[in-house]
Amino acid sequence: MSAAALSHGQNNRWIGRIAIYGLLILFAILYLMPLFVMLVTSFKTMDEIQNGNMLSLPQAPTIDPWLKAWGETCVGLTCAGIKGYFWNSLKMVVPAVAISTILGALNGYVLTKWRFPGHTLVFGLMLFACFIPFQSVLLPMATILGSLGRLGVTLQDQVGLSFGLGNPTVNLVIVHVIYGLGFTTLFFRNYYEAFPNELVRAAQVDGASFFQIFRRIMLPNSLPIIVVTVIYQFTNIWNDFLFASAYAGSGESMPMTVALNNVVNTSTGVVEYNVNMAAAMIAAMPTLLVYIVAGRYFVRGLMAGAVKG
Amino acid sequence: MAFLHISGLRKRYGALEILKGIDIELDKGGFLVLVGPSGCGKSTLLNTIAGLETITEGDIKVDERSIAELHPSKRDIAMVFQSYALYPNMTVAGNIAFGMEMRGVPADERKLAIDKVAKVLQIGHLLDRKPSQLSGGQRQRVAMGRALVRDPKLFLFDEPLSNLDAKLRVDMRTEIKRLHQTTGKTIVYVTHDQIEAMTLATKIAVMKEGIVQQFGTPAEIYNNPANMFVADFMGSPAMNLLSGRITREPNGLAVALERAGGEAIRLPVAAAMSSLAPYENREVVFGIRPEALTDPEGADRHAQFLCENDCLIDVVEPAGSDTFAVTKLGGREVVARLRADARIRAGEMARLAFNLDKAVFFDPQTQARIA
Repeated sequence: MSAAALSHGQNNRWIGRIAIYGLLILFAILYLMPLFVMLVTSFKTMDEIQNGNMLSLPQAPTIDPWLKAWGETCVGLTCAGIKGYFWNSLKMVVPAVAISTILGALNGYVLTKWRFPGHTLVFGLMLFACFIPFQSVLLPMATILGSLGRLGVTLQDQVGLSFGLGNPTVNLVIVHVIYGLGFTTLFFRNYYEAFPNELVRAAQVDGASFFQIFRRIMLPNSLPIIVVTVIYQFTNIWNDFLFASAYAGSGESMPMTVALNNVVNTSTGVVEYNVNMAAAMIAAMPTLLVYIVAGRYFVRGLMAGAVKG
Repeated sequence: MAFLHISGLRKRYGALEILKGIDIELDKGGFLVLVGPSGCGKSTLLNTIAGLETITEGDIKVDERSIAELHPSKRDIAMVFQSYALYPNMTVAGNIAFGMEMRGVPADERKLAIDKVAKVLQIGHLLDRKPSQLSGGQRQRVAMGRALVRDPKLFLFDEPLSNLDAKLRVDMRTEIKRLHQTTGKTIVYVTHDQIEAMTLATKIAVMKEGIVQQFGTPAEIYNNPANMFVADFMGSPAMNLLSGRITREPNGLAVALERAGGEAIRLPVAAAMSSLAPYENREVVFGIRPEALTDPEGADRHAQFLCENDCLIDVVEPAGSDTFAVTKLGGREVVARLRADARIRAGEMARLAFNLDKAVFFDPQTQARIA
């Protein structure tokens, strides 16, 4: 090959590289633009927002909008900030994620390692749950939650304890666990499908019981899929607006997403863009945090050494 | 009464029958090797002994007690798996102790037992490592340690050496044999490698399609194969199986084999093989192992029926310790095993000695042994 042809080939490669990186950078800017606007706006004063450029950096950065969003802004008629609703969301998300993940892991374990006649049918039906749109379960679910609420009242009268039935937060946990089960089962089943059967058999010979195998052998070797499931479930449940507004759309127990909507939709006085943006950033924070923290544990090769690699 | 007694064992998956009536008896301290090609049911048979598969019919007794209905952990067995099946989240010590932990053995007793086993297998320095930090041979040792620490009535090995490289496999084979000699434990061992079977076993069960083709000592299996499958499967290079015709000669029966580069050779049949008489003038399969077909100087001098013939040599394969020569007889390629320094060249006639004491005959239709 001649020197000219060689340099020609290298030129071509350079052009390709530049085109690829140029496109990637362009799309990255497009995607990050809204976040950038939100972030800078949340640190600006109202004067600056009304008179300045949307994209310019804050001249006199202030954290007042963040403090106001957290502690003072009006959600509907109460003006105590969004902090209460933030905790509401957390109280709902943590149990919902934990329960749906553990149940999904158990389902996956049974569907791969303790197969029974018709296990594919059961799995198929559970998969079906992934394809049911949110909207179509709204009314039936409301009926069921209503019955559970009445059961709670009855129990309260008879036993003196309602077991949380009828409580909006508990209702949302139930809804999200049921709705998430299809996905978590799918994740864990596919992960455990590739999990060596010989490990389970070895544990059986060693005398471990059904739950001992699950707790001592399966779960400790499931970290990657647990992280994936937790991130997926946390993001979905935290960001959910439809179920939240349908079953806990008003009052003390409304979750963050509904509260944020109410903050932004408040129609009295001037629209405080900086406070709205700060509130939106606070609402988005936990999911971002989960990605940053848990993302580190997206480790591969945990199974190395179990069987000949 | 035998220590391990398997009687009339059948295993069906729906209409598919995997094990078709297995009967095996093994004495205490015996080393039973289940050998056969893949899909013959040997691993399934082992799993039924372990209790990892249920059985459809029949019974399994260990020490006169039926274990067929017991949970794997209640059978007093220990198993070494093909992939070692070490728990990746536990250290070597944790792996070895897991069974004891499940049985509720106190921690200090566990510690003693681990140390004892680690000493036997020389893995003391590995106890705090995770399986991922071990080499193949070390994992193999840990897997054996996990079995040894139970001190069970019966050891089960499921192709334990198949994941190791060739040299390590030979070393570990010796080690398993030594372990058997020193502990005197009863072992059932599955392999598809007939050399492992020959070297390790006190009893071999050759299996094919869910049926035990032959059950006996390694010598019986090797020298007196019950049918053509066993004859062909056991031994490397495999036994030569040629088609020949039984003829009556003035001094008794003979078998005639077509020969490349000459007229058919006629080999006298040992007088004791009277069972060949009905096959006069009929086709039979004549079986002779490569080492029974050699150069005249290398032939067994104590053989009663030794017969020399000239054969055209196709290929010569020097293997260091021996030289293998390929010739054509009875329409088939025949491997002869000669001394390493035998003077022989491809494309020339050479004199080969047939040790007919070791020859066997099969019926070509039923494939069963005739004589």
